[in-house]
Amino acid sequence: MKLITAIVKPYRLDEVKSALQEVGVHGLTVTEASGYGRQRGHTEVYRGAEYQVDLVPKVRIEVVVEDADCDAVIDAIVKAAQTGKIGDGKVWALPVETVVRVRTGERGPDAL
Amino acid sequence: MTTVTLAAQGIDTGDTAWLLAATALVLLMTPGLALFYGGMVRTKSVLNMLMMSFVSIALVTVVWLAAGYSLAFGEDAAAGLIGGLDHLGMAGIGPDSVQGTVPTLLFATFQLTFAIITAALISGAIADRAKFGAWLVFVPVWALLVYVPVAHWTWGPGGWILDRLGALDFAGGLPVEITSGASGLALCLVLGPRLGFKKDAMRPHNLPMVMLGAGLLWFGWFGFNAGSALGANGLAAAAFLNTLAAGCTGLLGWLFVEQKRDGHPTTLGAASGAVAGLVAITPSCGSVSLLGALVIGLTAGVVCSYAVGWKFKLNYDDSLDVVGVHLVGGIIGTVLIGVFAAAEMTGGAEGLLYGGGLAQLGKQLVAVVAVGAYAFAVTYGIAKLLDKTLGLRASEEQEHTGLDLTVHAETAYDHGVLGHGAPVSSSVVPSAQKVKSQA
Repeated sequence: MKLITAIVKPYRLDEVKSALQEVGVHGLTVTEASGYGRQRGHTEVYRGAEYQVDLVPKVRIEVVVEDADCDAVIDAIVKAAQTGKIGDGKVWALPVETVVRVRTGERGPDAL
Repeated sequence: MTTVTLAAQGIDTGDTAWLLAATALVLLMTPGLALFYGGMVRTKSVLNMLMMSFVSIALVTVVWLAAGYSLAFGEDAAAGLIGGLDHLGMAGIGPDSVQGTVPTLLFATFQLTFAIITAALISGAIADRAKFGAWLVFVPVWALLVYVPVAHWTWGPGGWILDRLGALDFAGGLPVEITSGASGLALCLVLGPRLGFKKDAMRPHNLPMVMLGAGLLWFGWFGFNAGSALGANGLAAAAFLNTLAAGCTGLLGWLFVEQKRDGHPTTLGAASGAVAGLVAITPSCGSVSLLGALVIGLTAGVVCSYAVGWKFKLNYDDSLDVVGVHLVGGIIGTVLIGVFAAAEMTGGAEGLLYGGGLAQLGKQLVAVVAVGAYAFAVTYGIAKLLDKTLGLRASEEQEHTGLDLTVHAETAYDHGVLGHGAPVSSSVVPSAQKVKSQA
């Protein structure tokens, strides 16, 4: 199994959710996040003062999938989140040792 | 404001009714200011900001009734500099006492509401970092040593600015706007900048609250300016319309600059622009024509929108722009009387534009410099003294955590344990238990 973590622009969240449903992902976790990448945020002018906004608001989407589905799910997320402009985000995957469904105690892929 | 005449005429019920309403309107400005300022600070010290305004109502009222009124509006005791002690504790003033065409008690209360908001205005310069106990001492001392003398100079019987020099100030450019702005500058210089000044963004946490506060200020300002006619008459109506007009052009001027300079018209800019226009028309609303009011408001809106940026270049943390709006706007309004004063409003004095030459302008400048320098110097002295004795500044930990939780044991919003300046604090629980066990 793999844990896929995607950091995307907040306004692409609905698109990503729809795309994940289409490729058969049943559950996900979303958290609000902030961070920066290669551009280190941007500068803003407010009330005559210019300042650096380095932590830009993002959403973090986490899903656990079976190994065989990993590439397809990543592709679906990237396609849905992409705008082609800076700040589109990142997606990465990590191996997962085990997963347990708390209600039933099922383990492994059955718990997904 | 018409100068004090001690010749008691009969009470006019119409004038009295309007001034009663106007006094309540001006008092409402201070809670309005609390919201205006409260919305501009960060979530962790909003209650402290509100408290500084609310305690000003209580503190200044007590000081004013004890001695302030007598020293400001009592019979002149020394060359137009200060009033006498005849009315300490409001002695000798009863329900039958008459001031012009209104009861003296009402006149004294109307003037009190001006003293209250002037003290509260200063708090904007010291947001998020002042020791609350020091503010409780500062306000009454400042009211007696700074506000009261300047009010006497300006509106007291025989005061040197209006009665002797012949400068004009209808509703408080000198005692309210310039005094609060110069005092705010002195106080924030002694106090030093907030942690993270010029590094962190420190944007307003609640702009709807700012807009509500600005609305209440504007509403109350009709009592402030039109009430200063001290009667229900044509002068009050002219001041009322001038007040509306200048607030509007101030708002438009500030938004125009923001759109050109920053690319966005902001709600904070609209609120600040309206206030800048209102500040500038305060001294001038009873002496300029409608054209003058429109130009004065616009000038203040444009100039103040730049003035609020000076603190970043000159390194003084006037947190909520008391200097940029009240000092600068107050100077603009008071000085431009010398340009736009119209005989139909003043009953004599004329500005540069209407053929009055430079005479009135010169008098206005003398008054502005004297009041600004006096307020700055005396406030600087009070602040230094408080800093050396009580300490003026909250501890670094209090400032970082927020004054709401550390000083008042409250937070404005429940953001959960990890949210916005209301961190898990073990220090609150033991102190609460201690209180219980002692009881």
